[in-house]
Amino acid sequence: MDKPLTRNLKPDGSAATLAEYQSTGGYEAWRKALRDLAPAQVVALVKDAGLKGRGGAGFPTGVKWSLIPQTPGQKYVVVNADEMEPGTFKDRRLLEGDPHLLLEGAALAAYAVGADTAYIFLRGEYIEAARRLEHALAEARAAGLLGRNILGSEFSLGIHLHTSAGRYICGEETALLNALEGKRANPRTKPPFPQIAGLWGKPTVVNNVETLCNVPGIVAQGAAWYKGLSRSQDAGTKLYGASGRVNRPGLWELPMGTPIREILEEHAGGMKPGYRLRGFLPGGASTDFLLPEHLDLAMDYETIQKAGSRMGTGTMIVLDDRTCPVRMVLNLERFFAQESCGWCTPCRDGLPWVARILEDLVEGRGRPEDLDQLAKLARFMGPGNTFCALAPGAAEPLQSALKYFRGDFERYVERG
Amino acid sequence: MNTDTGLDPEETAEIQAALTHYPDPAAASIEALKIVQHHRRWVSDEALAAVADLLGMPIAELEGVATFYNLIYRKPVGRKVVHYCDSVSCWLLGADEVRAHLCKRLGIGLGETTQDGRYTLLPIVCLGACDHAPVLMLGGQLHGDLDAAKLDTILAREQHRG
Repeated sequence: MDKPLTRNLKPDGSAATLAEYQSTGGYEAWRKALRDLAPAQVVALVKDAGLKGRGGAGFPTGVKWSLIPQTPGQKYVVVNADEMEPGTFKDRRLLEGDPHLLLEGAALAAYAVGADTAYIFLRGEYIEAARRLEHALAEARAAGLLGRNILGSEFSLGIHLHTSAGRYICGEETALLNALEGKRANPRTKPPFPQIAGLWGKPTVVNNVETLCNVPGIVAQGAAWYKGLSRSQDAGTKLYGASGRVNRPGLWELPMGTPIREILEEHAGGMKPGYRLRGFLPGGASTDFLLPEHLDLAMDYETIQKAGSRMGTGTMIVLDDRTCPVRMVLNLERFFAQESCGWCTPCRDGLPWVARILEDLVEGRGRPEDLDQLAKLARFMGPGNTFCALAPGAAEPLQSALKYFRGDFERYVERG
Repeated sequence: MNTDTGLDPEETAEIQAALTHYPDPAAASIEALKIVQHHRRWVSDEALAAVADLLGMPIAELEGVATFYNLIYRKPVGRKVVHYCDSVSCWLLGADEVRAHLCKRLGIGLGETTQDGRYTLLPIVCLGACDHAPVLMLGGQLHGDLDAAKLDTILAREQHRG
C-alpha cells in the first residue's frame, strides 16, 4: 500500500535530506503546480480529494482554502506545528523525519491561496525539529525551491520558522495568530474567520502539519488516487498511534477507516501481559472515552463521532484495568486547568473547580453531590458556552468517564 | 553591557536579525525573550524592560507575554533545566515514580534548583514522545522509556560531563 506520509521516514529517525526526498518524487508536485496548474486548480484538487484537517477538528481543507478572497493583497499561510495535545506524537515524527514534505505542502498551500509568506509555528520544546526544519529551509532556498521567482515562475514565497515557548492554547487557530503577532495567546472572536481577517488582519490559512503533508501526494497523483488509499468515506491515509500499556506503543500510517481492533491488537501488539483493556481515548486527551465494545469500529471522523467521541488526532491513549479511571481523568483535568488561558469564565473557573473536586474524591474527601456537580460543570463547559474549544475538549474525557466508569467515582464517595 | 539598552551587542544583533522575519517588531517578542534567556538563562525585569524598549512595546505588554509561556523563565534557573512530562501517557506508565526518584536524586522539589546550581526541576506538558513514555527533557535533550535505573544512568553521565 502507498504510504505518502511516511515513505521517507527512516528507522533510525534521522531526517530525509533534500536529495533523499527528491529521489522518491519529492517536489515533483511543487514543480507540476508552478508549471501546469493555476492556483484554483490546486484548491479544486484538494477539495475533490476530500482531505480533512488532521489537527483534530476535521474541517475540509479545500473548503478552508477556498474561503480566502480572490482579491489581490497580502495573504498568509500558517503551519500549525504546536503539537501539545497529551497523547499525541504524530507531527513530531513528520517534522523530524521528513521536513521537506511539510515544506512542499506549505508551499503548495501558499500557491493555492496566493500567499507570498508562510510561517511555521513550532512549539518551543521541539528543539530537534526546529534544527532540522531550519536545515531543510536552507536546502530548499539554495535549490531555488523557495525564494523569489521560484523555478523560473512568477511566484515568490518566503517560509519562516517561528518557535514558540510552550502553551497548549497556542494550538487553537486564533490564539496561534495572536501568539504569532507577539501577543498573549488568547483566542479571538469568530467571525471574522482567519480566512477573512487573520494574521495582522490579512486573509490567513492555518493548517496542521499532517494535513499539509498530504497535499504533495494529492497534487502529484490526483484526487482519485488519494480517495483510493482509504477504507472508509473519509479519504487518504492517517497517522494512527497508541500509547499506554500496550506491547508496542508507536505510530503507523494506515488507510483511513482502519478498524480500532486492528490498530490496537495488530500494530500496537495488544495489551501488555497481565493487563486488560478497560477503555481508550481515541484521539488525544480532549476526546471522549470509548470501551472494548467499540473495538470493531472504523477509525474515521464520522464513525467515531457516531459512537459519541471524536477521532481527534488519531493517536489513542489506552486505559488498562489496573489504572484508576478517576485518577486518569484528574491528570487530564489538571492539564487543562493549567493550560487554560483564562480568557473566559467557564474555562478559567470551571476547570480548577473540576480538578479540585476530583482531587477531593481521590483523597477521600468526596461527597455524594460531587458527581452531579462534575456532570453539571462538564455541561457548563460544553460547546457554545466558551470562547474556544479548550474547555469543551476538557469536558469530553470527564463526561464520558462519568458515563462509563461511574462505579469507580461512586466507590470513592462511598469509602469517604 | 550596552548601557543604552541593557542588552549585549550580540543579543541586540540576534534580536534585530529576528525582526526581519516579521512586518511588526512585536511579533519577535517571544524570540527576543528566548535570545536573552539563551545568553543569561533567565529574563530579569531589567532585561525585559530592555527588550520592550528595543521592540517598541510597553513593558506591561511584554511582561504579559513573558509570564504566559512555560519556557520563559522569570526567575533564575540552574545551568540545566530538567523538564519531566506530567501528562497522561507518561502518567499511565509511571511519571509519578519518575518525579519522586528525580526529586530524591537531586535533593530538590518541583520548581527548585540544586544547591550547586546545576539543575532546576520543572514539570512540562506532553513532550510528544508518548510512544516512549515516561519521558523527560534535560537541557533540551529528550530521554524516553524512563525508570529509576535509566534515570540514574542519565544523571551519572551528566555528572561526568561536569
